[in-house]
Amino acid sequence: MAERTFYNEVLTDHNLHPDNKYQLKDPNRVKEGVNPSCGDDIILQLKYNDGIIEEASFVGEGCAISQASADIMINLVIGKTKEEALKLSDIFLRMIKGEASDEEIEELEEGGALKDISHMPARVKCAVLGWRTLDEILNEDE
Amino acid sequence: MGYTFTKEENDRIRASFPLLANRDIIYMDNAATTQKPVEVMEAWRKYYEHDNANPFRGVYGLSVDATDAYEDSRKQVADFIGAASSGEIVFTRNASESVNLLAASLCEQILEQGDEIIVSIAEHHSNFLPWQQAAKRYGAKVVFFECEEDGSFRAEKLKSLINDKTKILAITHLSNVLGRVNDIKEFARICHENDVLISVDGAQSVPHIPVNVKELDVDFLQFSGHKMLAPMGIGVLYGKEKLLDKMPPYMYGGEMIETVTRENATYAELPHKFEAGTVNVGGAVALAAAVRYYNELGFETIMNRERALTKAAMEKMKSIDGIKILGSDDPKEHEGIITFITDGVHPHDVAAIMDAEGVCVRAGHHCAQPLLQYLYDIREKKYAGGISTTRVSLAFYNTMEEVERMAEAVAKIRPEMGII
Repeated sequence: MAERTFYNEVLTDHNLHPDNKYQLKDPNRVKEGVNPSCGDDIILQLKYNDGIIEEASFVGEGCAISQASADIMINLVIGKTKEEALKLSDIFLRMIKGEASDEEIEELEEGGALKDISHMPARVKCAVLGWRTLDEILNEDE
Repeated sequence: MGYTFTKEENDRIRASFPLLANRDIIYMDNAATTQKPVEVMEAWRKYYEHDNANPFRGVYGLSVDATDAYEDSRKQVADFIGAASSGEIVFTRNASESVNLLAASLCEQILEQGDEIIVSIAEHHSNFLPWQQAAKRYGAKVVFFECEEDGSFRAEKLKSLINDKTKILAITHLSNVLGRVNDIKEFARICHENDVLISVDGAQSVPHIPVNVKELDVDFLQFSGHKMLAPMGIGVLYGKEKLLDKMPPYMYGGEMIETVTRENATYAELPHKFEAGTVNVGGAVALAAAVRYYNELGFETIMNRERALTKAAMEKMKSIDGIKILGSDDPKEHEGIITFITDGVHPHDVAAIMDAEGVCVRAGHHCAQPLLQYLYDIREKKYAGGISTTRVSLAFYNTMEEVERMAEAVAKIRPEMGII
């Protein structure tokens, strides 16, 4: 039998009732993230000033994993500096590869709910879509 | 009423499919590829253990045996689809390669600037992109033949699309998304009345219903071995001899020539001029074994089983809240293919949850984006996953118990995702 399903309550709740899925008013950083093979498509929007993520939101379409992961990510990175956000992103990506420690995963708070994706290679791209897009947005030239 | 699945018949059929016993899964992605019976694998093995050499080239007996194995397989495939002769069967890697060969070669021969190719909206990308590209190359136009909401294609609509510029109609026999069989015989008649060639994608029809090219009077037909019990890497392009004869080669190289000089070459007879390089004899032999398997089990049994399974599956799925099946409401119009939307749940989550229950189904656009976009636009407007859907596709080796477990898995999807 295949892996038991990992659609836990944290994940389904963020999918059905996202906190951060809306059009941000006057964002100054906007980036689209796409998984062409499965059709996940999100647009990440930030108000990013003086190296700090002041506000963030996303819009788009995709599977529950891509949507919930982006929503959880935004809760985590609002108010964070670029360096803090990139550090969280690094932990998240390592968690998905099964390489992060329990202490590190704790820093991800609800993001830890996606830990079991490491057993689902077909869904990794969905889980990291938001984080990958955030990395790109933050690493754009100032 | 209905077909009785006996334990004896189930056991006998499933004994031929080791994978179904080796893995604790319910395999319902048969429209993508089927599992392989031992009879087919044995034929492949026997060829490589007894008859393998490079065919056509050798003077020695073993090479002649390899040639015979290949050509005998071709004959069996020709008979299976009612072709007039072996020369009308070109072996390729798969249906995609068959369409690429056909579109490139035929369009080089007949297509002129301003010509039109009619392509049905329901085509798999493999029976669309080669025509789209050929049209671009020769300044021709692709015209879409659109279906009704239930997936049916109207002859009247086809007639209205044909004009003096129309050269080719490319259409599927059995949609890989909706499961509906198109009235190819009627479409062929209309095409021929108007001097239009008809090319049919048989990738889903040849494995599930009897297909006779003479009866349908199609000019070309393509299908893949791997969707009909044979290994991956062997496919077929059927074409009427008088048409294939005039078409230029598609690939150049060994074995497809008659004579070669420094400046020029003349090409071999049909079908060899379309089979450059060393061919896939093992694949052809295995495909012939698959054909024998079909003939021995018989389409009557195959269709009785698949139709009864489809009917049961659709009835169970329809009774589940939030499940909507695309295409016709009538199971007879589905031939084992049930594509559905789950209200509020993205198809990739649907497939993942079903996988956790051991049921293998396909999620996505099924390589038919124009059709899914079209259906989405005309009816569905908005649902989780955009144009993507989930597809259950059955084969004769599936059982009623499996259908029941599949439906139980479908019933779990929305509760699992927090939607009651």
